[in-house]
Amino acid sequence: MLFRGDKMNCHKCDAKAVISLQHGSLCKSHFLSYFEEKVFRTINKFQLIERKDKLCIATSGGKDSLTVLYLTKKYLEKYNCNNELFALAVDEGIAKYREKTLRDLHHFCREQNIRLETVSFNEELGKNLDVAYPFINKGTKKKPCHICGVWRRYLLNKQARDLGATKVVTGHNLDDEAQAIVMNLFKANTKIAGRLGPISGIEEQELFVQRVKPLYFCLEKEVRLYTILKGWQVQFAECPYSHTGYRHDIQEMLNEFEQKYKGTKQGIINSFLAMLPLLREEERKQPEEIKPCQECGEAANQEVCNACKMKAIIQSC
Amino acid sequence: MKISVHIERTNTTQKIDFSGITVRQLLCQLDLNLETVLVARNNEVLTEEETLQENDLLEILSVISGG
Repeated sequence: MLFRGDKMNCHKCDAKAVISLQHGSLCKSHFLSYFEEKVFRTINKFQLIERKDKLCIATSGGKDSLTVLYLTKKYLEKYNCNNELFALAVDEGIAKYREKTLRDLHHFCREQNIRLETVSFNEELGKNLDVAYPFINKGTKKKPCHICGVWRRYLLNKQARDLGATKVVTGHNLDDEAQAIVMNLFKANTKIAGRLGPISGIEEQELFVQRVKPLYFCLEKEVRLYTILKGWQVQFAECPYSHTGYRHDIQEMLNEFEQKYKGTKQGIINSFLAMLPLLREEERKQPEEIKPCQECGEAANQEVCNACKMKAIIQSC
Repeated sequence: MKISVHIERTNTTQKIDFSGITVRQLLCQLDLNLETVLVARNNEVLTEEETLQENDLLEILSVISGG
């Protein structure tokens, strides 16, 4: 016989639980409410969306981006906001991976009546990642995740700004953020760490569109559960390059810790948020000079931005 | 008990001799981290403390995807 509060039952009602959280177990219905309220509370608490904002949702078709796309739209409807919203997808050109998730994304946006814009590495930078990676790696030893990250951020910012967006909404979840915090900590990148948080960046910059993260407090496991319970067709798709990066090792380490010591990832986030004002204050004392790249005019902290430097390597091959 | 397990990540199904009782014990036997998977039976997601039955057909869904 099961009782209220039993591990297999929801702690709010007698229904069968679908997840055990630190504060108790939840059934499908209570989990969906808990998850959505957590996202909406994050948006409100950190003022991620203002009434004047035109929102660009960075999407890939994976579980995180579909969730953030759906919930941002739902938030706007719930609070009677008339903000314009569109989805933007970057096709890196990774064979047997991105085409799957983009198919799901097209289907989802059609169903949800959301405008979808797409941009590709091939069209904008001359080569897709599969082709560009060996050339760039040969001379620089840069790993595919590094190259992809530089070009993705570059294109998202450029396209979002060209399309008039004032905020880029991303699907970064609690696991992503905890990994980024630990990666920067291990590499003593306090400057970069200061740009993390629910709203990215230290100061508003003319050339940068601010990035905001409504799923900041949602565990990756919770996001996947949300998509399953919503009945969305999110195929399992893993980037073939994902095991090559430093992040992968940090991810495994944090999951080991989380399994052994529940609440580890949340603890990292909470500690980081307590330190973030200090990191940003320190950065403001010696701000990095941002100027237009001499090649493309996009934001750069050197004469030529990293995206153009990598583009030049391919063109010289 | 004998149970069948379909693993989404590798798209493989295997029949295994399970010596435990709960989902948590099964994941331990399969050497899978609790934080990286969800387990479903008949399209219903199970908690880690759920009791398994003889001839169960389970789906092990991967939490981690993307890059």
